[in-house]
Amino acid sequence: MTAETAVGVARQFTSRTCQFTGLRVDVAAQNLIKANAVAAVVFLAIGGLMGLLVALTRWPAVHLLPAEWFYLVLTGHGANVLLFWIIFFEMAVLIFASTILLNARMVMPKLAWFAFILMVVGAVLGNVAVLQGESSVMFTSYPPMMAKPHFYLALILFAVGALIVVGQFFANLIVAKEEGAFQGSMPLVTFGALTAAIIAVWTILSGAAILIPTLMWSMGWLSDVDPLVYKVVWWGMGHASQQINVSAHVSLWYLVGALLLGAKPLSEKVSRTAFFLYILFLQLASAHHLLAEPGLSASWKIVNTSYMMYLAVLGSMIHGLTVPGSWEAAQRRNGYDKGMFEWLRKAPWGNPAFSGTFLSLVMFGFIGGISGVVLGTEQLNVLMHNTLYVPGHFHGTVVTGTTLAFMAATYLVLPLIFQREIIWPKLAKIQPYLFGIGAAGISLFMMGAGTLGVARRHWDITFSDAELNFAHSAGAFLMMGLNGVFAVIAALGGIIYVLVVVGTVLWGKKITSGHKLTFPLHAGGAAAASQYGSHATVKLPGTIVLIAIFFVSFVLYYFINWKYLSELWLFR
Amino acid sequence: MAIAPPEQRIWWREPIERVELTWIVIAFLWALFMFFFMIAWHFIGQQNLSPEAYRILPSAYEQKVEEFAKKYQVREEKGVPVVRPPAGSDVYMLGRLWQWWPILELEQGQSYRFHLSSIDWQHGFSLQPTNINLQVHPGYEHVITLTPTETGQFGIVCNEFCGIGHHTMTGKIYVTQKKAETAPRVAQKEERR
Repeated sequence: MTAETAVGVARQFTSRTCQFTGLRVDVAAQNLIKANAVAAVVFLAIGGLMGLLVALTRWPAVHLLPAEWFYLVLTGHGANVLLFWIIFFEMAVLIFASTILLNARMVMPKLAWFAFILMVVGAVLGNVAVLQGESSVMFTSYPPMMAKPHFYLALILFAVGALIVVGQFFANLIVAKEEGAFQGSMPLVTFGALTAAIIAVWTILSGAAILIPTLMWSMGWLSDVDPLVYKVVWWGMGHASQQINVSAHVSLWYLVGALLLGAKPLSEKVSRTAFFLYILFLQLASAHHLLAEPGLSASWKIVNTSYMMYLAVLGSMIHGLTVPGSWEAAQRRNGYDKGMFEWLRKAPWGNPAFSGTFLSLVMFGFIGGISGVVLGTEQLNVLMHNTLYVPGHFHGTVVTGTTLAFMAATYLVLPLIFQREIIWPKLAKIQPYLFGIGAAGISLFMMGAGTLGVARRHWDITFSDAELNFAHSAGAFLMMGLNGVFAVIAALGGIIYVLVVVGTVLWGKKITSGHKLTFPLHAGGAAAASQYGSHATVKLPGTIVLIAIFFVSFVLYYFINWKYLSELWLFR
Repeated sequence: MAIAPPEQRIWWREPIERVELTWIVIAFLWALFMFFFMIAWHFIGQQNLSPEAYRILPSAYEQKVEEFAKKYQVREEKGVPVVRPPAGSDVYMLGRLWQWWPILELEQGQSYRFHLSSIDWQHGFSLQPTNINLQVHPGYEHVITLTPTETGQFGIVCNEFCGIGHHTMTGKIYVTQKKAETAPRVAQKEERR
């Protein structure tokens, strides 16, 4: 303990030096990353399977599950993939960014193991509660609908565990700085992870503020929970937590660019400011879920839903340029300088870490980003509130964006952290494409169905058991069928991912010194790192074209929806 | 590199590349435009959600809707009263497990003060195929001035999950031409199909 408290004295810790990056890897941190990554994949497998069952039930021609099971499985799908898979993986990212990337050690690894166990207990208990069948309240659990107490307790335990790890992330940073593990400012990827961690604190506290009273209500200790207050506070957790995902996966975009292409941020100032905008404004997004509610004023809605004049959206639009821009600059330095797009054509498309990251970047922007702004526009929301457009949008952000980025990063975690060579490289190569195409399909077709009025979380769009019948258009049925087809494609990609991860961890060839990776990193290595990247004056014609396409699509789609709105009945 | 500390320790003194600056300016202007367009729509648009709402006990709201339905009921459809309130008056609808009640018959081009609340759980009022979607809370009476612009038969679906019968929760609104008789209304209904 004495060495630990003494300022400027580095404490000894068991570590190895990575032969590919030259980074010093704390073995305690490495084991924690492994544990969290494995837990993440387990819950992805469970939640992904549930997602497939949901999609097959909503495919009118298949209509797989009975209603009761459908609502149960849908509740489980949300909890397993949106919470457990993503947050376990983010714990691994936080530990990685605050230790290995800084050549630093994990502070109090035993506490992190305790937190891990707490999170596993929470996640398992949550699944038990859902599978028992009396907590089919959906991921959002809006009162006055009530789940069993252990459903809420499970979420609280999981969140407490996550909060502990977030605390350790801050501790790691402080100790690393004090012990002189790194010089100067922290790397950009760690800065992005810090953004995620800061938003996580806000998120988890919001969650506690609403889930603890809700648990007490479920126990019978409180007489009621106001449904509108619940939504305001719950979405302080529910939406802000999606911004943790954004910060985390944008950090990984930068990480993959650095490791695979030798990319350097065009300007540290711009990229970091973009992250900082997330911290300043993202927590306002609770309002996205309250635009169709009674009793909230228009000015409150406008200021909050737009993150105060869209300043957080601005952050994402900046990353949308700086990430591919830094890749283009790096590729041009790598010698692919011909024409507008040689840098992109000659990118390592066969490396799943790159292809997954690239697809994540493009689809997060085009599908998740644009639809999010439209959905979050005060008046336009009435067109899609609670329709399938909403899950369409967030599958664009959380599946094509976050999940695909995490999958891509896994192809670096396996060789570099687990030190196992990726088994079945041919399957690994096609995995991001399969999963990406499938996920893009479900996002787009759900958005299409939502635009045609199909409700989310709904077992039967033929309304065959309803007293007053109603029939959706043929187009809506077509969209739901296509959604089912693409869900199967995405599921194939998901299954391959799980197989490759499990196979590699169990049977992958152990990586020893002098090993050549199947999917190599950028040859420059760490030495060239800080010099490599952009020219003194940056010329990025390819990125400019991509950004222009994005911007035009954004503007057009935005106005198309105002056109739709203007055709509705009048209301004020 | 993004995984190494920045070359310049004081990174906020770095110059910004021109391409970045241009994009930031364009993106920022677009952000401002989108922000002010929401405000502008309150002046130029005809679709703005009313913030008018009142706290009310679910039982009190239920009573109000029942009185309203009794007063203006014109017929019955599958056990649900069809209510034709005077043009321009206050009209009421409630959501409950699992129906929208009662059925309304409105006139095209007339403005109604449309009251909406739930008497049990949260519901999602989704008027189809028009696609107007509103959240309905118990304990909050939402009042919207609503003007139907097209005639025909419209379905109301519930799009907030409300338990095992959620997918059977439907309702109906008929919109007739101004001062129209019964006959043309039926004709239009056929036409819509």
